[in-house]
Amino acid sequence: MRILATYNIKGGVGKTAAAVNLGYLAARGGYRTLIWDLDPQGAATFLLRVRPRVKGGGRALIKGRLALADAVKGTDFPRLDLLPADFTYRNLDLLLDRAKRPSRRLATLLQPLAAEYDVVILDCPPGISLLSESVLRAADILLVPLIPATLSVRTLDQLTEFTAGLRRHRPRLLAFCSMVDRRKRLHAEVAADLRDHRPEIAATAAIPALSVIEQMAVRRAPVPEFAPRSRAAQSYESLWDEVVRRCGLPPAAQ
Amino acid sequence: MRSAPRELVLDDDDGPGSSGLPAAPGPGLRWAPPGRAHAVRRTWLDTFDWRLYRAGLILQQATAGGATEITLTSADGSELARPLQARVRWPALATALPPGPLRSRLAEVAGVRALLPVARAVSSVSEQRVVNADDKTVAYVRLDRMPAAEGRPAVLLTVSPLRGYQRQADRVARALGANGVIRCSRPAAAALERALAAAGRRPASYTGKIEVVLDPGMPAVAAVAAILTALLDIVEANVPGTLRDLDTEFLHDLRVAVRRSRTMVKLAGDVLPCGMTGRFGEDLRWLGSLTTPVRDLDVYLLGFDEMAGRLVAADPADLEPFRDRLALRRAAERKRLVSGLRSARFSRFVAEWRAALAAAPAAPPAPAALPAPAGPAGPPGPAAGRLAAARISRAHRRVLRDGAALTGDSPPQDLHDLRKRCKELRYLLEMFASLYDPAGHRRVLRDLRKLQDCLGEFQDSQVQREEIGTLAGQMMASRSVPAATLLAMGEVAATVAARQARARAEFAAAFAAFASPASRSRLRALVAASGGAAA
Repeated sequence: MRILATYNIKGGVGKTAAAVNLGYLAARGGYRTLIWDLDPQGAATFLLRVRPRVKGGGRALIKGRLALADAVKGTDFPRLDLLPADFTYRNLDLLLDRAKRPSRRLATLLQPLAAEYDVVILDCPPGISLLSESVLRAADILLVPLIPATLSVRTLDQLTEFTAGLRRHRPRLLAFCSMVDRRKRLHAEVAADLRDHRPEIAATAAIPALSVIEQMAVRRAPVPEFAPRSRAAQSYESLWDEVVRRCGLPPAAQ
Repeated sequence: MRSAPRELVLDDDDGPGSSGLPAAPGPGLRWAPPGRAHAVRRTWLDTFDWRLYRAGLILQQATAGGATEITLTSADGSELARPLQARVRWPALATALPPGPLRSRLAEVAGVRALLPVARAVSSVSEQRVVNADDKTVAYVRLDRMPAAEGRPAVLLTVSPLRGYQRQADRVARALGANGVIRCSRPAAAALERALAAAGRRPASYTGKIEVVLDPGMPAVAAVAAILTALLDIVEANVPGTLRDLDTEFLHDLRVAVRRSRTMVKLAGDVLPCGMTGRFGEDLRWLGSLTTPVRDLDVYLLGFDEMAGRLVAADPADLEPFRDRLALRRAAERKRLVSGLRSARFSRFVAEWRAALAAAPAAPPAPAALPAPAGPAGPPGPAAGRLAAARISRAHRRVLRDGAALTGDSPPQDLHDLRKRCKELRYLLEMFASLYDPAGHRRVLRDLRKLQDCLGEFQDSQVQREEIGTLAGQMMASRSVPAATLLAMGEVAATVAARQARARAEFAAAFAAFASPASRSRLRALVAASGGAAA
């Protein structure tokens, strides 16, 4: 089981869209996939038409009173499951703070799912908190969507520095440009700069800013499902192929 | 992901498509527009003796849209599935499948038996999604329209809940139930049974055991004829598989049926009409001898890997020329077997033996060794219960007598003869099993089996030693054998000899247990309970 996390300190950069579309593509490619919507706003949960409710809330999950496996919901897509968001997730930091070894908690909770899933994608809320630390400890790969702007690069620098300081477990970073506007010269320049100067962490694939991605909220489905030939769908496919290749995901069983 | 289909409902309406579906699939739920129907070509597989079905397993190969998947479903509904990239030509052993949990589970249950297609069906399958108020799928209802068969449902409906939506799926099942649809607990088995019914067959229709139910008071001649007819059925059922060499057990079952027939003819054939045993006994003996060489080599080859694995000094690979030689010998012996089973003599024997057995109960009784009980209302000749008791007791006494005469120095042939007497007793007990209390019968067989295992080990070792000696001589003469192979064969011969010596050493204790007063009284009580006192 490989754990991926879509993460950025900043909000509104396309984390959830990436989590849902990449999760869908992973499942379509044969990987048994689980998305855990950790954001109390529940956007990924909404996009997959699941009700944002977990019996007993975040407390039951963090305390281990409810096994993660028992809270999982099947989506409409083969091999893709969702662990839905719950509004009580807004208190996950507090709950983790009270738990033993809080930074390892998510990894511990996910462990029993190893036999059931090949890929787990954690869709994280923005910010740097105890939850983020726990995510960083659990994740094998950190997928970082960046709007190509100077401040975003600064954020990536902060994140790189932060993960470099982690002891024992250090996730692999893979940043990709998100919401790229072809009309903006700055976007093109920053994206090229990232690819040229940080090839070890910057993906070649990028996600353009397209209205079809915003339509996900209307269609409540992943882009490759309702617009399979769109440029957006192709961009997510390229990104997923790059994730598989660069992160050495084993071939899917089927 | 979908959970295992826990609910299956059968629509007994032969009408078109979704005629059995209610307008709404349950409170707060609705049907999504139906998907297009597609054809699914299914083949169900099992061993000839239905080992999978009897173990509650259903193995199904389904092809749809060019993709083939094989699925093994357990009695609890759990499934092991795997796509098949390369075509498997059935019948085949489980080892023809790609390695994995499905193959391991199959091999565990099927053992050395080949998997054969037992039923085929082409269905038209469509799926209806059940969605909630958010248009979220909560369950799938699959409509599987199978070919019609009289008195059987034409549409199978399977409700598969999506993970986390079991309650909603239960609601769907309830709504279907309220609409007059019948619920069934084992969908996979129901589909197979339906396909078999459409072909006019039933599952678990073959067993190597004799399934004749006897009445202690019925005429002995009728009982013996019924048993021999059932044995002839087994012989005939196993001929095609033996001829095609599908697996080793077709020949084994055929051979055991012949040997049981010979035992019956030898020990109770005197109740059959005059001349029958003499006329057909010779054919049965011929048929028995015809099967011996191949079966002996099968036993050798089946245990070959285990034997090679036990080598200490030699490398198992050194034995490969020996295995090849055994396989060559088997191929030659099989030619003789096949030609015998295809001969006019065999066909004539089967037809005439069957006709004679059918006519036997009505024919004038033979001047039997066992007189009919006195009484005006009794049937002609002895009753089945009395005959069974007398012949089992006599066979038992022979085993006790011959076994007691054996010593540590007795020649192997004497032990082999005792083994044959034990087999006769065992066969009689099995053939007349329906006359006896099952628990007492099982205990008596258990007593006997321990002795048989010991004698079997001794005799198999004897045959194998002789085979090694013969083959080593031939291989030396043809100068086709590497020295390493001869050395390895020598080690095998030594291992087999040690096994045989161990079996001989264990014989005394095994026989003493069988001849113990407790064991004797168990057998006496068994036969006395259902045939009167043992004669």
